[in-house]
Amino acid sequence: MTETAIVPPHRTLVPRDYRRSLNDALEMAHGVDAVAAEERAASLAKRSLKKESKLWGLKLAISMIDLTTLEGKDTRGKVWALCQKAIRPEPGDREIPHVAAVCVYPTMIPFVSDALRGSGVKVASVATGFPSGQTFTEIKILETQKTVAAGADEIDMVIDRGAFLSGDYQKVFDEIADVKEACGPAHLKVILETGELANYDQVRKASLIAMYAGADFIKTSTGKVGVNATLPVTLVMFEAIRDFYQATGRMIGMKPAGGISNSKLALAYLVLLYETLGADWMTPDLFRIGASSLLNDILMQIRKEKTGAYQSGDYFTID
Amino acid sequence: MPRLNVRKTYKLYINGEFPRTESGRFYAVRGKGGALLANASRGSRKDLRNAVQAARKAQQGWSGKTAYNRGQILYRIAEVCEARASELAAELRRQGSPAAAARKEVDAVIDRWVYYAGWSDKYAQVFGSVNPVAGPYYNFTVPEPTGVVGIIAPEEPALLGLVSRVAPAIVGGNTVVAVTSESRPLAAITLGEVFETSDVPGGVVNLISGLRSELTPWLAAHMDVNALDATGIAAGALEAVQKAAAENVKRLVRFDADEIGWDDERRSQSPYAIFDFQEMKTVWHPMGM
Amino acid sequence: MTTAIETKERLAPGAASSEILWEYSPSPESTDHVKVQSRYNLFIGGKFVEPHSRRWFETINPATEETLAEVAEADEEDVDRAVREARRAYEKVWRKIPASERAKYIFRIARLIQEKSRALAVVETMNGGKPIKESRDIDVPLAAAHFFYYAGWADKIDYAFPGRVASPLGVAGQIIPWNFPLLMAAWKIAPALAAGNTVILKPAETTPVTSLMLAEIMQEAELPPGVVNIITGAGATGAALVAHKDIDKIAFTGSTEVGKRIQRALAGTKKRVTLELGGKAPNIVFEDAPIDQAVEGIINGIYFNQGHVCCAGSRLFVQESVLEPVLRKLRQRIGTLRVGNPLDKNTDIGAINSRAQLEKIQELVESGVEEGAEIFQSSCKLPSRGFWFAPTFFTGVSQSNRIAQEEIFGPVLSVLTFRTPEEAIEKANNTPYGLSAGVWTEKGSRILKMAQKLRAGVIWANTYNKFDPTSPFGGYKESGFGREGGMHGLAPYLTLS
Repeated sequence: MTETAIVPPHRTLVPRDYRRSLNDALEMAHGVDAVAAEERAASLAKRSLKKESKLWGLKLAISMIDLTTLEGKDTRGKVWALCQKAIRPEPGDREIPHVAAVCVYPTMIPFVSDALRGSGVKVASVATGFPSGQTFTEIKILETQKTVAAGADEIDMVIDRGAFLSGDYQKVFDEIADVKEACGPAHLKVILETGELANYDQVRKASLIAMYAGADFIKTSTGKVGVNATLPVTLVMFEAIRDFYQATGRMIGMKPAGGISNSKLALAYLVLLYETLGADWMTPDLFRIGASSLLNDILMQIRKEKTGAYQSGDYFTID
Repeated sequence: MPRLNVRKTYKLYINGEFPRTESGRFYAVRGKGGALLANASRGSRKDLRNAVQAARKAQQGWSGKTAYNRGQILYRIAEVCEARASELAAELRRQGSPAAAARKEVDAVIDRWVYYAGWSDKYAQVFGSVNPVAGPYYNFTVPEPTGVVGIIAPEEPALLGLVSRVAPAIVGGNTVVAVTSESRPLAAITLGEVFETSDVPGGVVNLISGLRSELTPWLAAHMDVNALDATGIAAGALEAVQKAAAENVKRLVRFDADEIGWDDERRSQSPYAIFDFQEMKTVWHPMGM
Repeated sequence: MTTAIETKERLAPGAASSEILWEYSPSPESTDHVKVQSRYNLFIGGKFVEPHSRRWFETINPATEETLAEVAEADEEDVDRAVREARRAYEKVWRKIPASERAKYIFRIARLIQEKSRALAVVETMNGGKPIKESRDIDVPLAAAHFFYYAGWADKIDYAFPGRVASPLGVAGQIIPWNFPLLMAAWKIAPALAAGNTVILKPAETTPVTSLMLAEIMQEAELPPGVVNIITGAGATGAALVAHKDIDKIAFTGSTEVGKRIQRALAGTKKRVTLELGGKAPNIVFEDAPIDQAVEGIINGIYFNQGHVCCAGSRLFVQESVLEPVLRKLRQRIGTLRVGNPLDKNTDIGAINSRAQLEKIQELVESGVEEGAEIFQSSCKLPSRGFWFAPTFFTGVSQSNRIAQEEIFGPVLSVLTFRTPEEAIEKANNTPYGLSAGVWTEKGSRILKMAQKLRAGVIWANTYNKFDPTSPFGGYKESGFGREGGMHGLAPYLTLS
């Protein structure tokens, strides 16, 4: 393919009627009180779950994991092993579901696609100059198209934080809309990189821009900066999703990522989800957790709930 | 034939004006040996009602002025008192004070205005606070005026007693309805003329002369009076006044002149007298990005 | 009751709820480690003594209506005995020991409350009906913090009142309500002791147990006998305390009606008095407010402690332009409130404190319906035993309705609207009360202007129902006078010369 064939002038790529207005997003972007949002998140984290609910929640959490490896040293072999773990997290226990997706860099997609075929586990890839997003829009679109063509079911894009922080919301909005178009049938998760957005007002604004521009999911973090997903950031994004749903009737998914490494925290996220968006959002179609080490901790916790004994890492595979 | 002097009609001071009492009645003010000095207005409960209305109306504007501005106005009162010192002293003398004592009282009055004028933009710094709460909140406490203050001025010293109670109330942004000394109201009424010529907005201070037994119950029971200064009420008569004051949970203040005396400068004038007519307001504000 | 409306406005169609196995555990706080005695006597002169009255009354758990303990009813003789002990302790011991030693006793009390915090929280919840998460996270830690804060003041009082010599008043009688029993005891006792007074505390008749546990703590702290005396009983006991000739000071927290009665009873005496009375606080939401946090603030403002809070944000003023989203979110949020067993850590709203209070709430709610306001109630299930009231709010309320004027002291909110800030201020201040107010807006300068214009002793900006020992609390107008907390909380227990 020639370059011109793949990258038409992108402004014409997106049908006019597809776009929603940036203004709609900005109008809804009222301020967020940081202290009160943090207090609310902290108070929800104190809920305690019934034993059966805990087990159910832990299994649900597994089914929501985007099992992720995003390293320069990723290889075919490493990714293949990860896929096996994703399909059968605990080979001896039939009750344990497979994870939601395996999330890798674009060049790993062909291998992942092969390894997961027929398993029900989705193939997900980061794209658009991940993690910084500091490249040309044309390249972001091309990368997206090639990744989808290589077999990705889901694209995790990053927003242009430079544009966002300099106030060029139109550029952020247009780029998301263009990448959405480039995704074709693939689902689009838009990473806001909340750790770089300075405050909750900005998180809410970026969430609304992403949703109005066409995101299927909004996602907190790349996992590559100092601050990743937190409960209050997730709460603020849930609230934006709720308001967007109220205004448009469209249910958008949410994916906190980075730093969610144990069962207790995963359940706290589920409590937050349940209390803010309700039971209808408690499905892998609308909630994902981006994580790598979380899976084993949940498996250990499930076995502890079943056997009553605290577990050792030696009995759980590392992939 | 010597020139016939022009006598002054001692009227009330309400809302920056000098109305005659609504009652149309007066009472005789007598000097030593029972000589008639003047007919003072015998203020009625309706005069009180008008005065409270005026005070209420003036309160927001008065407390809304900058502290600096209120201080300047109080200082202006001192200036005008100084200019009219001999007149005020003469009135005290007419009512029986020896010349030296009268002059001394007027001097004390002037100094008291200066003293409180200087407090206007400072008491909030003494009584306010920033409170280090255990959480991400900026928390501060500021004094605010109680609102409309009713004052029963002491019988003696007629002028200094009145001023010592009115000044700390108004410097803190309150407005005042004061019942003047019953037996010796003349200088107090002239003080109204001082207010009127000292940039004090109408309604900030209202002065009612009359019979204490008639006026006090109405002032104590008035539902739109927030605080009552019972300095001029004898200890034995306090009970009924305080009972009436409970109807709207009035703040009760009483300077115990019998115990302290008006000459004790350290205790008869102090920021704590301002504090007595203040409410403490605490504000919580989150600190977040 | 009237119509209960389906509360959970479903956010979306989709997953059938039957597939969702998401329940919070009934995770009741364990009560085995808690020792509640079957009978408590009066704590006078450092000992628990049988009442002269020879009468005891039952105190119950309002969530189950089961008897928790029997407590003594103090009569005039008992009150007199307590006052004599307090006077003796004041003259012979407490006024004489160095202030720094006074401080150490109060520090000890703070520490002992911390050590026994779980038991105190459990009993507070069992006796008063409040959710364990509140007694555990708010009431008990704050009670300890109050003692800790005022302990440090004991030997530093000279720095609080420049130009004056501060001296204790003597013997203070303190009467506290049932909504925050231990915390109110701390608010009363801590500053009084720090200032050098001795006290007689009378807890409310429905919630005396944690005060009596506090008496046990006083013993364990080896506080000199008579410095703190705790006597139980109902209104007559309180009246006897107010009337006692040898009391120097009465501090009362409770209803405005009783406060006025006390103020009248003290007329003509030399006793000092401070009153912390009722409220009907405005909580004002501007159109530029952080709406989701404001909704949390509204919820916390009125449903915290079942609305048994004198500073509860019981009048919600919403700017008309955001009324619809605020009400929608409020309905959704109320649907997620968990009402039930107060000992369950997941419970948001516990039991109403007493049958009498429940009846009062019901009566006022009925008046709201009769006066034409529109009621919305959570459809949550209420337990069959005990005293319960579902979270409720009214819309279409006018200023003149009883539910907009009278203190309900229950989980019932009245929603009113405004168009301009001036209108909000005018309506907010249009009440005989003046305890607290809330303001929600993202505009800083507006917050400060509103804070200045609202006639109330505590203003919460973009938050609500926050308390701290360093932060003065108390009312304007008929909400009482005097401050508790902070440096200002010392003044009511001192005389300046």
